[in-house]
Amino acid sequence: MANRAQIPTKNSALIAMIADEDTVVGFLLAGVGNVDLRRKTNYLIVDSKTTVKQIEDAFKEFTTREDIAIVLISQYVANMIRFLVDSYNKPVPAILEIPSKDHPYDPAHDSVLSRVKYLFSTESVASGRR
Amino acid sequence: MGDIMKTSSFALTEAKYVAGDNIKHVVLENVREASLKVRSRQENVAGVKLPKFEYTNDGEVNKNDLTGLARGGQQVQQCRAAYIKAIEVLVELASLQTSFLTLDEAIKTTNRRVNALENVVKPRLENTISYIKGELDELEREDFFRLKKIQGYKKREIEKQMQSAKLFVEEQVAEKLALQRGISLNNAQNILSATAQKDEDIIF
Repeated sequence: MANRAQIPTKNSALIAMIADEDTVVGFLLAGVGNVDLRRKTNYLIVDSKTTVKQIEDAFKEFTTREDIAIVLISQYVANMIRFLVDSYNKPVPAILEIPSKDHPYDPAHDSVLSRVKYLFSTESVASGRR
Repeated sequence: MGDIMKTSSFALTEAKYVAGDNIKHVVLENVREASLKVRSRQENVAGVKLPKFEYTNDGEVNKNDLTGLARGGQQVQQCRAAYIKAIEVLVELASLQTSFLTLDEAIKTTNRRVNALENVVKPRLENTISYIKGELDELEREDFFRLKKIQGYKKREIEKQMQSAKLFVEEQVAEKLALQRGISLNNAQNILSATAQKDEDIIF
């Protein structure tokens, strides 16, 4: 049976970030930031002035880049581009929703967990948490 | 996961408070090569290839080591440690998430296969089986019928032969009796008819 989703075995893949300033600064401090030769970064700082289009473009770019394995996205940002996040079904890169300082984590809105609930309503993690 | 993020956010706020707001800019300026990277491997679980992420610290010299040297250096280090721990947890979570999605797809395809086999392939094969069985039964009945017929013929043949053998035996018995009485029923007539021809040996 042809494995349609080829998962590449890479040795060095980056972690991308789309979050508010504080979160991104914290992660950059830890060392996940990367700027390559063409001044392309693997993070996007979202503040009150960022447009939805910018966020969409960044999301699409991060998910199509070959060297990014995980995309961390703040949950309130994910809510802004909810349809894009929900229609994304490639295994790599993995989209992970993280809470931010002002918006605590809400499992009801997490796209993966809601898909779990929709598909296997008898044995879902989200319903277990409640 | 929520707890770890909370701890790291607290650590960051502490660092900001102590070191002043400028660490943000310093950090943003100093981004070069990522020192925390992720390695992706494939694990084969029950025939399904699942991705697994491993977190590696490339250990290059971190430009951020000089951050907060003016004030609050310790807080900055603590903040960094907290965030690194958060990253570890997040990498593992991402790994689990992708495994789950891949397994989900595998389950769906397997289900589809099972349904197809059950509803299409099985009835066809069952039809073939019953057809073959029917044909075999019919052939067997044919054979059976033929066998019976042949047995009947054979019986009749045997009876006929028995009858002719009986007749023959009766004739033999009759001839024997005649010979004993001095008359050969058959040969007597031959001599008489032979004297119709001239035999030199007979003088008169």
